[in-house]
Amino acid sequence: MKKTVFALMAMGLSTTVFAGGADDPLVYKVMVDKLEIRNTGGNDPFVLDADAWVGYDLNKFWFKTEVERVDGETEEAEVQFLYSRAVAPFWDVQAGWRRDIKPEPDRDFLALGFKGLAPYMFEVDAGVFIGESGQVGARLDAEYEYMLTQKLILSPEIEMNLYSKDDEEVGIGSGLSDMELGLRLRYEVLREFAPYIGVNWTKIFGQTADFASDEGEDTSDLQMVIGIRAWF
Amino acid sequence: MSVKDPITKGGCRFRRPVSHDTSPSPEDVCLIRRRFVQGLAMGGAVAGLGLSTPSLLAAVMKQQGPQTLGGTDFNLTISEQTVNFTGTPRIGTTVNDSLPAPVLRWREGDRVTLRVTNLLSETSSIHWHGIILPSAMDGVPGIATGFEGIKPGETFTYQFPVIQSGTYWYHSHSGFQEQTGLYGAIVIDPRESEPASYDRDYVVMLSDWTDEDPTDVYKKLKKLSHYYNFNERSHADLMKDIEEKGLAATWNDRKMWNQMRMSQRDLSDVTGYTYTYLMNGQTPANGWMGLFKKGEKIRLRIINGSAMSFFDVRIPGLKMTVVAADGQHIEPVSVDEFRIGVAETYDVIVEPKDDTAYTLFAQDISRSGYARGTLTPDPLLTAEIPEMDVVPNLGHGDMGMDMMLHAGHDMSGMDHSQHQMPDGKMMPGMDHSQHQMPGMSMGSNTDMDMGGYQLSNASSERANPSDFTSGPVHHAASEYGPHVDMRADAPQYRLNDPGVGLRNNGRRVLTYADLKNLRSTHDQREPDREIELHLTGNMGRYMWSINGVKHANAEPLRWKLGERLRITFVNDTMMNHPMHLHGMWSDLETGDNNFLPRKHTVIVQPGSRISYRVTVDAEGGWAYHCHLLYHMLGMFRTVIVS
Repeated sequence: MKKTVFALMAMGLSTTVFAGGADDPLVYKVMVDKLEIRNTGGNDPFVLDADAWVGYDLNKFWFKTEVERVDGETEEAEVQFLYSRAVAPFWDVQAGWRRDIKPEPDRDFLALGFKGLAPYMFEVDAGVFIGESGQVGARLDAEYEYMLTQKLILSPEIEMNLYSKDDEEVGIGSGLSDMELGLRLRYEVLREFAPYIGVNWTKIFGQTADFASDEGEDTSDLQMVIGIRAWF
Repeated sequence: MSVKDPITKGGCRFRRPVSHDTSPSPEDVCLIRRRFVQGLAMGGAVAGLGLSTPSLLAAVMKQQGPQTLGGTDFNLTISEQTVNFTGTPRIGTTVNDSLPAPVLRWREGDRVTLRVTNLLSETSSIHWHGIILPSAMDGVPGIATGFEGIKPGETFTYQFPVIQSGTYWYHSHSGFQEQTGLYGAIVIDPRESEPASYDRDYVVMLSDWTDEDPTDVYKKLKKLSHYYNFNERSHADLMKDIEEKGLAATWNDRKMWNQMRMSQRDLSDVTGYTYTYLMNGQTPANGWMGLFKKGEKIRLRIINGSAMSFFDVRIPGLKMTVVAADGQHIEPVSVDEFRIGVAETYDVIVEPKDDTAYTLFAQDISRSGYARGTLTPDPLLTAEIPEMDVVPNLGHGDMGMDMMLHAGHDMSGMDHSQHQMPDGKMMPGMDHSQHQMPGMSMGSNTDMDMGGYQLSNASSERANPSDFTSGPVHHAASEYGPHVDMRADAPQYRLNDPGVGLRNNGRRVLTYADLKNLRSTHDQREPDREIELHLTGNMGRYMWSINGVKHANAEPLRWKLGERLRITFVNDTMMNHPMHLHGMWSDLETGDNNFLPRKHTVIVQPGSRISYRVTVDAEGGWAYHCHLLYHMLGMFRTVIVS
């Protein structure tokens, strides 16, 4: 499957790399959406949620990553390499490869999704992920930005993951596996740099929760967060 | 190119003379300038004003603006200089070491020769904006016949007869050099006497300066299109609306904008956040200064030489009589304020009746900053600088909705079937029912900034001449796709609309409906054919195009020599676009076909329709584009006349 993904990406490259003119230069953007410490009862995890893209107006390559580290150990790490194509004024279709590096053993998925701005200004990133063993995952991430002032922005966010099958090795159960609700208040010192504080509530469900309980972990957690959002 | 001697702003600028330069060297120019100022002080009006001390003289000199070069023979050298407008030294693009470039004073009927030397490390060019000349002299690389730009180190000689008079300007047509300073005024004195009399004559060049590299500005807009907009509607504004209108009305008012994912404050892509607005090269802190004696008539030649900024210009306490638009005489019209789009020019005459100072105030359309100057009888006397107006909201009319028909009517409980939406859809996937605004009372909206401003009977007649087509609008297939985020379904002729932020502001504001040629229309023929061009884009992706096709992918427009065209623009975006046709006049259809004003740059208001006639009398290749620097890369057409 990896070969298929790379073939797809190569095709995308060939149609985009020579496309830029003066009006459509090659542009890149690196966005660290969240780099935060979460205050829990025990060891405070350190979370990174970042992406980067390079490309032209309508065709881009995307890289996305989510990492969670506790006590110097990487507990969760996921990367996605995607080809992104604009298909509607506010929507891009994205396809490529997702790899979950942690928890071990690693898992590969074919990723297919769409990303964009929904009516009422909700930023949406939604995708389905088809794994090697027939595992199918789905994810929805939606975020809103409420401007308290021009620089002080309150941002509620919801993320949820669903899976078609149990995967006990990595602690995933079928059905709705986890949901995360966040509310972050950031101050844009610059457009590109904003410290924030917030709360984050996570809950795991069903079989996933059972796997976690067996490991002696909590199934829901309310955390205070502090972090920075930065891009260039 | 290495950094050269810093410019002393407004003072004399020295750099090594260019060996082949036959005109006065910069040092000479500086001497001329000094003599000019001294002459003025000794025999002229300045002495009459009592300017006896050197410090006062220096103060006046400092705030004058660029030098003026006259005659028929010009040597212009494009280079880079260190400039400092913000407290941080930056590299600017200069002509004869001046930013803005020198004022060129020509005489109608002369044949001018301009030797332009490029000392930059990249290709450059100069386009003579609004000047009627052969295509080969028009200065657009790759489009003007046989012209590929001026390569580094090379000199290009422009030579053409001057067959018009009035106020124009010149600027680079290469890269983003216009943003970094390559722009200057052109004043052409007429052979015959001026229709309007005046005692003093000042050029007022408005522009926008950024310390950022323009390439970075463009890329930032691609990454985050509202990067420079710090006037979005926020919490306080929402609370105020709810308090005033109630929750339901506020929701309904904002509903369509939220559904369409558009900002009502999308007024200017680049703002005072990065721009320092300049008047004759002077920052708002310094201010430009123009002297007068009471009772004198002052002619102000206002030029918008900025890259991206529309200005709303007024002089609190003084009426302005507009006597020319885009260099061409119009029937004088007295106003308090006018909006000047990028690349437009207006000549106004003011008559201060007393010994007071006045502020010439030019606030940018997004109310994020201003350029200013002082008209004063005494260099020590300045006037109060007015507050900027409140940040306006775009109205539904600016979205191309049919609000005009309902102006003054109560729309509450309005049946949707009465709401003319010929093509049914405003957005792909947008349900028609979303156009409903239940309980919304357009006519009684207090700020009236909905495109539903009042039409006087007289002007509505002028705004809708009988031969205008104003039926349903058709959008080409190329206008559908990820590159276009909006289409106007009921674009209206809005000639008598002063535009967002100027509607019903209590001042008499100039509109296009006021423009009436002082002379009769030079070509009385009815148009042979009509062309409709749609201005399109995707704000979020920061892509701009015409009919949904960007310049790089577009076939040239081919026009026939001798034909009379009508061009109708439909603006399918929520921004004003100043559309500039090179080489031929745009006879703006403002109502009276016998006196069509001739323009070179026409503002097409958001969601509106406007038309003009063009006599295709100039052979060769011509540029036709939006004059907003970061739009023109895509919103551009090559015109070939044969």
